[in-house]
Amino acid sequence: MYSRLSNIFCGTYFIAIYGFIFLPVAVLVLYSFQDGSLPIPPFNGVTFKWYAAVFADTKLMSALGNSLIVAVFSSIIACLLGFCAAYGLSRYRLPGSAFQRVLITAPMTVSYLIIALGLLVLFNWMGIRLSLWTVGVGHVVINLPLCFAIIYASMGDHQKNIERAARDLGANNFQVMLLITAPMLMPSILAALFLSITFSWDEFIISFLLSRFDVTLPVEIWSLLRSGLNPKTNAIGSLVFLLSVGLLIILEIFVFRQRSPK
Amino acid sequence: MSMDSDHSSVRKAWYFVTPAIAWTIAFFVIPFAFMVSVSLASRVGRQIVYSWDLNNYIDFFSKSYYLKGLFVSLEITVLVTIISTLLAYPLAWIIAERVPKKWQRIALIMAILPFWTSYVVRSYSWLLVLSTNGVINNSLLQIGIISEPLPLANTTTATVIGFVHFFVMLLTLTIYSNLIQLSPNYKRASADLGANAFQTFWHVILPLTLPGIMVGAFLTFVLCIGDYITPQILGGNNELTLPQIIMMQLGRRADIPTAAALSIILMGVVTVAYLFCLRWLKMERA
Repeated sequence: MYSRLSNIFCGTYFIAIYGFIFLPVAVLVLYSFQDGSLPIPPFNGVTFKWYAAVFADTKLMSALGNSLIVAVFSSIIACLLGFCAAYGLSRYRLPGSAFQRVLITAPMTVSYLIIALGLLVLFNWMGIRLSLWTVGVGHVVINLPLCFAIIYASMGDHQKNIERAARDLGANNFQVMLLITAPMLMPSILAALFLSITFSWDEFIISFLLSRFDVTLPVEIWSLLRSGLNPKTNAIGSLVFLLSVGLLIILEIFVFRQRSPK
Repeated sequence: MSMDSDHSSVRKAWYFVTPAIAWTIAFFVIPFAFMVSVSLASRVGRQIVYSWDLNNYIDFFSKSYYLKGLFVSLEITVLVTIISTLLAYPLAWIIAERVPKKWQRIALIMAILPFWTSYVVRSYSWLLVLSTNGVINNSLLQIGIISEPLPLANTTTATVIGFVHFFVMLLTLTIYSNLIQLSPNYKRASADLGANAFQTFWHVILPLTLPGIMVGAFLTFVLCIGDYITPQILGGNNELTLPQIIMMQLGRRADIPTAAALSIILMGVVTVAYLFCLRWLKMERA
């Protein structure tokens, strides 16, 4: 159907763009094994010493731990708040509910820099010291609209009938929410949770402005960059890549595959 | 829902909604109001003095340093949006039309995969590729195309390359999702009426996917103009973008009032772009 020439052209274009997309990651991973002190050509041979250096670096390891703690806890809080609000707004008729929806999703429309700056000014004024807690607060602010929007969108009418049946059988409101609604919406709750964890995990500007001594991984990597090109930075970057791809695979298997009918 | 609208159930509903609303007001609305009021203050020594004037905004429009920052930001953003769209459209089309159905999902996942590194790391890896003795300069020197390394890193070009890398992926996804939603009947009808492949694309497919392109382009604009990491790592300190200038006010000079005013101006630019896109999209649909 298509001419040979156009097939060759399309194939070349496809490979060229994918090459462009993969080039930096390939270089990053390759030179994380560089046997030498500079991650640039020529490639001298394979060594794992930079990975050893990463694991021996207590600052990097504690930043990694901090990132995980902040990502997991801020996402759980964002999901919890988002789920409750979605439940309340979709199951009850409240005065001004359209305005409340707009209010909860409003932070999505504002850049992270502005959210971070606002919180910085507020915390300064209140005399609150910057710590992992303040970073966590900022991450809940950016993830709450996302969690709310995802979960609210999946609250349909057919679940309402099941909830009504449960109520007729004597369940109270909290039992209905906890035992009926939450399990039915689990795929979208998990999707919201994992998406928040990814955003929080990779977030830089809020973590940078709202932390002081305990920093998250992107901020610690940022300060490594000041020493210029270094195979150790390649190694930590490759590890983050590995972790994230692992999360992507978990997401694919447990969340998205369940949602699409086979 | 009649049984839910009595007073006691409205009160119960508030239990569910209040925590999220309270959080948003406490940590988004109030901080934002604080930031607006700080933008009207000024910095005297290390103190913030609430003078309630527009000096910071007047400064922006009278000092070429700030205006140039906005100009550089706009220049980079517009360039990135155009290049990314032009590169992404053919790729999205190839994936939608030429790649077999069962491989399309894999192709898309593969396109996203490299972006699962940390954002900071991604910009750093472009530095590896573009630096004076990096992969590109090294290869070009080996082949003999150039005799001196090209100054790629720490230039606006590097910033544009770093951005285009990310947004080609993003736009490919949005345009692809538009292309596969189009019914094949459009193509058949167009062919029946005597159009060749190019005419079908130009007069049928492209106009139908234009709203999707605009959404993707707007997203590119917003994310690109507000970004600090990519220009800071790849662009160096030669031509500062507005977010770089904002961060500089915060870091070296601890001048929060100016930073707040500049951020609000940046937000204004994004809002103008949004209104522009909105009008444009509505005209397209009409």
